[in-house]
Amino acid sequence: MSEQKKIRVATCSLAGCFGCHMSFLDIDERLLQLLEHIEFDRTPLTDIKHCGPCDVGIIEGGVCNSENVHVLKEFRKNCKVLVAIGACAVNGGIPAVRNNIDLWECFQEVYHYGIGLKNGQIPNDPELPLPFDQVHPIYEVVKVDYFLPGCPPPADAIWKFLTDLLAGKTPKLEYETLHYD
Amino acid sequence: MSDNTINIDGQTVPFLPGQTIMEAAMAAEVYIPHLCHNPEFTPHGSCKLCTVSVNGRSAAACTMPAAAGQQILNNTEELNANRRALVQMLFVEGNHFCPFCEKSGNCQLQALGYYLGMMDPHYNHFYPARAVDGSHPDVLLDLNRCIMCELCVRASRDVDGKNVFGLTGRGIHTHITVNSPSGRLGDTNLAVSDKAAEVCPVGAIIKKRHGFAVPIGERLYDHKTIREVQTEAHK
Repeated sequence: MSEQKKIRVATCSLAGCFGCHMSFLDIDERLLQLLEHIEFDRTPLTDIKHCGPCDVGIIEGGVCNSENVHVLKEFRKNCKVLVAIGACAVNGGIPAVRNNIDLWECFQEVYHYGIGLKNGQIPNDPELPLPFDQVHPIYEVVKVDYFLPGCPPPADAIWKFLTDLLAGKTPKLEYETLHYD
Repeated sequence: MSDNTINIDGQTVPFLPGQTIMEAAMAAEVYIPHLCHNPEFTPHGSCKLCTVSVNGRSAAACTMPAAAGQQILNNTEELNANRRALVQMLFVEGNHFCPFCEKSGNCQLQALGYYLGMMDPHYNHFYPARAVDGSHPDVLLDLNRCIMCELCVRASRDVDGKNVFGLTGRGIHTHITVNSPSGRLGDTNLAVSDKAAEVCPVGAIIKKRHGFAVPIGERLYDHKTIREVQTEAHK
């Protein structure tokens, strides 16, 4: 078998919970099969800090702060194909529930008035990224090529999606694997 | 050709005088996607999901009377793309978060998204500020999920005889109101057994203390498409 150049894949979680990444790991031993065809760039598995030139970028989570936008734009710049994975990347998801709560009130509730809190402080270290007043899905910031909804998408959906993509086909999910929840 | 037939996507469908295209199609087990329509109620014609091409012109199948010889296009790529766009607009216009909605799996808006292959909401989100009313002891009203189909209005007025709900405002400001001096659901005579409490196609009107009685994965549209479910129901 001729040595084929591997497809380079980067993944990251923005305003997400890493649940989609966990679901990705749920493809279990098929991960080894996948690794025959792909190699990882920046992912939570490799600890590479910045996304380099890639074939596929997979983004979990929506955009909730300035750092999210920088990472997202870096992915878009470097990835030939950008994929939004999970409810948060697709429509903001659970983090977007705060969109109608004033940011200051939100912080006060979390750091000052929450149950069991005493002398709480709202973090204001200049190293911390600035939070936005609203959380938005990634396609409202950059062009996204493919969407894989679900909270999280089941491992079988991720497997079908990736194998279709690697085979050069438009990913197509069976009815029972397409879920918004 | 018999006088009382119409043609839907090449299939001859009989109709009775006075029937709409939707009614004739349902009787013949031909599925036309719809959301604000419910065969138990007077057609409303607001969601436009059932838009078909009748002799080359667009019409809502739920309100358009069937007439002899109509050539109707329904299940075409173009019409389904339009329907998908309408569903996407409904998604971004409200706050529809399927992951924690009790209606998920039983929701017609979600089921139509699945049926029409909606992978993303496409449009920019409005994230409107909408109220949740938990004042009623047995029924929760969450306007974040309301799609203004007016089914609760029709059910309360026409079946329950109570007029608990109404639609107010125009255009993007249209919203459901509750007919009580305080505007709260708890101050109305709505009963949990009312038709209005169960007719909501989405998760805007939810019966309390029934959460997850049917687990996710065993719900109405988890294994069957809305086409299959509704075609079977109308048999």
